[in-house]
Order: sequence, then structure tokens, then C-alpha cells
Amino acid sequence: MSKEEFDTLARTRLLAIALEWYNEMQGGEIPFIRLPTRTKANIEYDIESEVWKYGDRESLRAATSEKGALHLLKMAYVIGFIKQQLAENRSSTLRELYYISEGWKRAKFGAQDESNLLIEDLEIITDLQREAFHLRPEEDGATVFGPLRIREKTRRGVREIHCRDDVGEAGYQIPNDVETVEFLEHDAKFVIALETGGMYARLIENGFDEEHQAIVVHLKGQPARSTRRVLHRLNEQFGLPVTVFTDGDPWSYRIFASVAYGAIKSAHISELLATPRAQFIGVQPSDIRDYNLPADDLSDKDVDALKAELSDPRFDSPYWKGQINLQLEMKLKSEQQAFAARGLDFVTKEYLPSRLSEMGILGR
Amino acid sequence: MSLADELARKQRAISIAEFFEKNKHLLGFDSPTRGIITTVKEAVDNALDACEEAEVLPDIFVQVKKISEEVFRVTVEDNGPGIVPAQVPFVFGKLLYGSRFHQIKQSRGQQGIGISAAVLYAQLTTGVPSLVISRTDAKGPATRFELAIKIESNEPEIVSQKEVEWDRTHGTRVEIELRATLAAKKRLVDYLKYTSVVNPHARIRAEIDGEVSTFDRVSHDPIPLPCPIQPHPHGIEIGLLKRMAADSSLTLEGFLVESFSRVGKKAADEIIKKAGLAGSKKVKSLSGEEQKALLAAMQAVNIPAPPTTQCLSPIGEELIRKSLDKEFQLDFVKARTRPPSVYSGHPFVVETAIGYGGRLPSDEKAVILRFANRVPLMYQQGACAITQAIAGVNWRNYGLSQDGLPVGPALILVHVASTNVPFTSESKDAIAAIPEIEKEIDLALKDLGRELKTFLSRRDKQRVQEDRARALCAIIPEIAAKVAEVTGKPVPDTTPIEGRIMHRLVAKKWTSDGTVRIAVRNYTDKEVSPTIYDTSRDPAPDAAPKPEYAHVVEGDYTRVWKTTLKPGEGWEAKYAGAGGGTLDIQGVDEALKLVVDLDV
Repeated sequence: MSKEEFDTLARTRLLAIALEWYNEMQGGEIPFIRLPTRTKANIEYDIESEVWKYGDRESLRAATSEKGALHLLKMAYVIGFIKQQLAENRSSTLRELYYISEGWKRAKFGAQDESNLLIEDLEIITDLQREAFHLRPEEDGATVFGPLRIREKTRRGVREIHCRDDVGEAGYQIPNDVETVEFLEHDAKFVIALETGGMYARLIENGFDEEHQAIVVHLKGQPARSTRRVLHRLNEQFGLPVTVFTDGDPWSYRIFASVAYGAIKSAHISELLATPRAQFIGVQPSDIRDYNLPADDLSDKDVDALKAELSDPRFDSPYWKGQINLQLEMKLKSEQQAFAARGLDFVTKEYLPSRLSEMGILGR
Repeated sequence: MSLADELARKQRAISIAEFFEKNKHLLGFDSPTRGIITTVKEAVDNALDACEEAEVLPDIFVQVKKISEEVFRVTVEDNGPGIVPAQVPFVFGKLLYGSRFHQIKQSRGQQGIGISAAVLYAQLTTGVPSLVISRTDAKGPATRFELAIKIESNEPEIVSQKEVEWDRTHGTRVEIELRATLAAKKRLVDYLKYTSVVNPHARIRAEIDGEVSTFDRVSHDPIPLPCPIQPHPHGIEIGLLKRMAADSSLTLEGFLVESFSRVGKKAADEIIKKAGLAGSKKVKSLSGEEQKALLAAMQAVNIPAPPTTQCLSPIGEELIRKSLDKEFQLDFVKARTRPPSVYSGHPFVVETAIGYGGRLPSDEKAVILRFANRVPLMYQQGACAITQAIAGVNWRNYGLSQDGLPVGPALILVHVASTNVPFTSESKDAIAAIPEIEKEIDLALKDLGRELKTFLSRRDKQRVQEDRARALCAIIPEIAAKVAEVTGKPVPDTTPIEGRIMHRLVAKKWTSDGTVRIAVRNYTDKEVSPTIYDTSRDPAPDAAPKPEYAHVVEGDYTRVWKTTLKPGEGWEAKYAGAGGGTLDIQGVDEALKLVVDLDV
């Protein structure tokens, strides 16, 4: 689909919402929208696509209450704004949208979260991604290092880049709109995604990518959509196994879950973002025990988060239940860089090769 | 001479007036600030009592005038029955002289000390005799006295007496000059205001140091005169029993049956038996010991409670409500008159009221109004059983915050009426802690507290609904306008939607391009006749339709329209102007109307 066709599609679908409200109001009806309920209780595993999606529960937003009416008013303003942005071929960040709403009087957003959620609502209703509305997130995309050749359509021309030979030590930075990037060829056996910058740099410094033919990706904490999209495409296009290496605490498990199964907030686009076959390397609670890693005590919040994960459908497997229960028993957590206690090479020479063999990614 | 003889020479009966001079605080004259309030209070109490006895509607004039730096003249004039000239000197010039001393019924003054104490106080502080003018009949002249009190003998001293012309056909005027300060002027005005609250049949005009206030009556019926009752055996003391026995020529049995409430032959026999006396014996001839035995027996025998209704004169719920509303303009006011009750043989009745909102301060302690026999209690609030009873209620249950006393825009009135109000001291500032009275106050307050809570929660609910409805009325047209802009279509008419949500009469005012528009639409299912009040700073000579009535006050123009709308019908007006100001709708039930100012 050409850019123009794509813009027209976005415009038509957004205006359809406004038109429906218009017709409702014209007919003396109270305007409303229906959206899937966006909570943990309403995500379901879709067998066909192997990802977690929203279930059947819906919430109704109607102009019968002040809150509902305000929601519709804000949405009407956002639709008006996007329509104009598409017409003028401009784009803006989510943060800019939030500030633009300053001039909308009653329809002004109270917080950034509110405008983000509203854009996600529009994605769900139109079945399009926010890039189609010419909206982009604030945060940077992933950095990638390894035996991978890509072609990026930049505003200043098309560039072909090898993600190890053509870049500095920090790697190649993927743009927010991953659809401008084409993956050309690779010489990798698997992808390894890392939670922290420290571990990303450690792997590059130790030459892990070369030794094991790995594409190394920095997740930067909870991964942005573009990062998850890259992992999804590397897996889908090249059939490369995707592995995830994080800290050993409940928050890091959620990073893995959002890579593998999708996030609750963006369950409507899980099919595009999630990598259901992604595998968790560690740090596993059993690693803390087996490697006797330096560890911290679990805080009350950690314990609550672990318990919440026990009821999260994404963690409903014997493997995760076993690991989480073990951790609740030990009451300990470790960072991935804790392996440094055994020397700087331990993680790349011992832990990862051993763990990846165990997972069947590396042959012995 | 022996020491005893010498002492005996010095010992003498001190007159009551001398006693007063040394114990002014007991009667409310402990300071110049307080003296003036007590003087006004005693004179006004007397005036109200006099009018009540004559069953006329009291018309009372109170004036406090500064004579010199430290001297004030208090004048109180009433339209009561007047006092016959022969009695005037005793009423005003002799302490402990009064007509009500031996009666068992609700009345303001009792001991006959009040007004003569004020005369005495004036005499002691300024030396100026008090002036009294009284007239009992339109046919006769008025008599003017200048009076003082002989301190040693407690006898009146008539400085001058003459017949004078007076414009009142009957009534009494008293002028007392005393050394005082007006530091507590607000308290004095409050006293008169509160007096007016519990005497809804009275009109009081006051001129306090040049400041004029009028407290009008809300009732045009004189209050029914309480009838005296006989003492109840449980409420009698030895002194009164001795006096009654001495005055009686009856046998013991006859005396008990005839002179006491609720004592029949059966109860009399039981008392006599218990006291171990003979019923046929003349009561006059009982010895001191026998009298004591009789008193003990009277109090031990079970006797029905005394009759309560005829000797008490409660104000009544309706009049308390009206009075409070008149003086305080409240959003909520409810009153409760409890059934009469009895403590130690004394009948009493408790009345309470709770007011809320209006102009009462919202973050201060509630205003407490205490009354005993229709007289405001202005001092010693903390020592009073009423205050304790109020503080003892958990007001948080009823929607008020609490810091000892309740806090919030509330007013709490408690009136205790009794044939014998149990004060903590002779200055009659505070009611003593009598469990029966405290319990009645507590019950009445909790009863009203529940009503207050209902009012508050209903008001909050209403407020939430109003806010919601108002927001919707403003937001839905905005959605319509935006959606029309986005789709490039004309703005849809949203009034049917508003009607679906609202089911009320909706009045809107908005201003655009120098035109002010007012639209009223009836979404109820009944015909309504609203009166529309629009105020702004626009003269609006072009207003269409033409208002039925228009006027201007200091640049604020008010226009009034009237219309009648069937269900679904609408009405519109417009004029050139800048808008702003206010819009109000009258003549439609509060719950059925919604006024929205879209310019806000």
C-alpha cells in the first residue's frame, strides 16, 4: 500500500467514527463508543496466532455522564487534529499531542497517560497503528549489534547498513517506524535481547556476537513497540530463535512477557508485536540458587508483583509457576550483571553457552 | 462587758441590699461590661412577662444611650398592662418583691431580684435614681417615679412621684443610668436577637448607642399563659412545706389531697402511714420532727408525675423554625419539641432546633443558642448541661465535623422550659447537669441530627446530579460542533438528546458575536410556567421578546419574562450585549429545572 493510500485509509476510518456519532446525534441518540475492556482479566490466548489478545469483555463510553461525554469530546478533538495532520502531511510525537491539547479548553488532556490511552483506543477502533495517524512515540527504538544487513529509507535517502561492520560500538539504532527498515541478510544463529545496557556492552566487548553468531539487541528496560516489532520480524522473516536475558525479578519477567506474549496495553496489536516463540534465558530464580549469585531481598512490592504474576494468564505454565514459587520461597532477586561476581568473562564463556545449550539454541 | 456581749453588739441582720452590694457577681453584675447586659435582660424579661400575663403582643423598645465616657442610660419600654402606682416603688425599689415567687409554673423571672438589682446597681455606681413611668389604663394618667433603694432596710425610697402625660395607653417605661461599658455591644444585640427567636410573638426595636435594629414577630398570637399547678410531693423542700403547713387550716389528709398535685386519698393515706402520723391531725400543729417525717414519706411514696402541659409554655416547632429562619436565613432548619417530662417532681420540656447553611460560617464551631424559659443564656456556655449534651453527641454520624462541639455552618438551639429550671448559680447563666434533662436534650438532638443527615445527603446527591447535568448540557453541544466540523456537515441540533438525559426544564444563556441568547426548553412531561430573571450589565433596549418588567440597580440591568411551556416546547430571547451576569428561573420545582450558563 502506498503512503497516500495508507493515509486515505486512516482518514476514512477515523472519519467513520465521527460520522457515526454525527448520525447518532442527528437522530436524537446519545453518541457512544464500545471498546474492549483493557485489563488483565480480559486478555485471552489466541491459539491461531499464538499471542494474547483482548477477550470479549467490552466497556461502553457514552455521553450520558460527564466523564463519558468528555471522553468522546476529547476523541472528537483528536480525530480533528489527526485529520488535519494527515492533510498537511505532518507528524508529531505523543508528547506533542498532549501539549497541543492545551488549546482545546474542556477537551484538554489531564496527563500524558490519558492521551496515550486515547490513541490506543483509536488504534483499536480503526484497526490501524498510531504510525498510520502520523504519531510517534517519544522513546528511542532499539539498538542492534551483530551479523545483520538492513536497508533503511531515511528522509535523506536510502542507506544500506551492516549492523556490525558499518556501525560504532553502540550498534545500529532502529527508527521509531520500523516499517521503513528492510532486513536484507544475516549470518546469525539466534537473537539475544538484553534488558540492560551494561550486559549489551559486555556481550559486544567480549565478542559474543562473533563467537556464537548472535544478533545482540538492547531492550532498554520495558521494550518500545519498535523494538518488539524488530524482534518479531527477525523471528518471522528469518526464522531466527529469539532469546531474552533479563534481571531475575518480577518486573523483568514482565519484560519477557511483553516480548513473547504482548502487553496488556497493546493487546490489540499483539499479532504484530509479539514473538510467541521467544525463549527466556534468565536470570532464573533457579540460577540464583545454582550459581549462588549475589542477591537482594525481595521487597513487599516485589512479592506482590510475583503473586500478581501467578494469576496473570501469560505466566500460566508449569515452568513459570515453578520459577515464581521458588523465588517466593527464596525471597531473593539478582541482577543479570551479578554474574560479574565470578569474573567479567563468566557470563559469556560459561553461563550463556551452558544455558543456551540447555535450551537447544547452541549445539554442544 | 463580756466578749460575747461585745460581739453581740456588732452582730446585726444585714439587709439583702447590703448583701447584694457585696455579692454583685451572684446576680450578673460582676463587671461594668456585664452589668449593662444584665440590666437590659432583666428589664426586657419583665416587659415580656408583663405582656404575657396580659395576653398582649409585646412591643418592646430598648435604648442604650451614652451619657458620658463611663455612664450609659438603659431605657426599656413595653406595652404591657402597666403597674398600679402603689406597687411601682416595691417592684423597682425592693429586692425579693414579686408576684411569681410562690407560683409553680414556667416564668422568666422568679425571685423578684432582677430589676431591683439593676436599680440598686445604678444607684451604687452613678447615684442617679431610676426613672419609672407606668400607666395601667387609657382613662387614667401615667405616673412618673424617681426611685432608689434604702440599702440598710431594703425599702424603696421615692425621690419624686407625679402624674404625667404619656403617649402609651398602657405599659411601663424604665430608665436606669449606670456605670458601664459597651465593650460587649455585639453580645447585647445577640441577646435581643436570641430573645426574639424564642419569643416569636414579640417585636423588639433596639437603639444601641445609635445603632438601630428591629426584630420582628413571626407570630400574631399571644402565647398561652401557663397556669400555675400545685407542688408535687417529689419536688418540695422543707422550707416550702413549713410555709404551706403554717398557712393551712386543714387536717393532714385534707392538706395532702388539696395542696399537692396528683395526691388522692389513697396516696395521702400511704404517705401518712409511712410517716407514722394521724391523718386527722391539723397540719398546722405538726412539730418540726413530724414535718421532717412527712417530707421523707412524701418523697418515698410512689406518686404519678405532675401534670406537665398546662404549667409549661413551649414555643413549638413551627414557630422556632420560622423565627430562626427570619433571623438567620438558613438552608435547612428543623425543630423538635419533646413531650413534657419530670425531674424531682418538677415538670420540664426540652425543645431543640438545628439550622444549617445560609450565611453561617462554614469552618467555625457551630453557633449554640441556649435558652431557659424563653430567656437566652449568654454566659458560662462551657459550664452548661446544654453544651455538654451537645458535645456528647457524635455529630460525625450526622454529617458535621466535630471538635468537642460540632464544626460547620450549623446552628443548634436548645430551650429548656420548666417550673423550676435548675441553674448552676443565682446568676442563671448555666443549667445544671440533671440526667433527665440531659437525656431529653440528647434524644431531641439525635432526632434532628438524623434529619440533618438526610438533608445533607440529599443535597449532595442533588449537587452531583446538578453538576453532571450542567456538564452534559455544556459538553454535548461541543461534541456536536466538533463532529460537525470534522465531518464537514452542519451542526446537529442536540436539544432532543439533552431532553432524553435531563427530563427537566433546561434554561441556557450564552453569548456569541455580541448577541446574548437565552433559551428555555421544557423536557418535563408537564406544562410549566417559568419566570425568567436575567441580570447583566447590558441595557438591552432591543431585547426580544420585550421583557414584562425591567429595572436597573447601579448598572445591573434585570429583565423579567414570563412564559408557559407545554411538554417539549421551547422559548427564546435575545438582545445585543456582552452577556455575563446571572440567569435564574422561578416558578418551577427545584428538582425539575436546570440553569446552565454556557459563558462560564
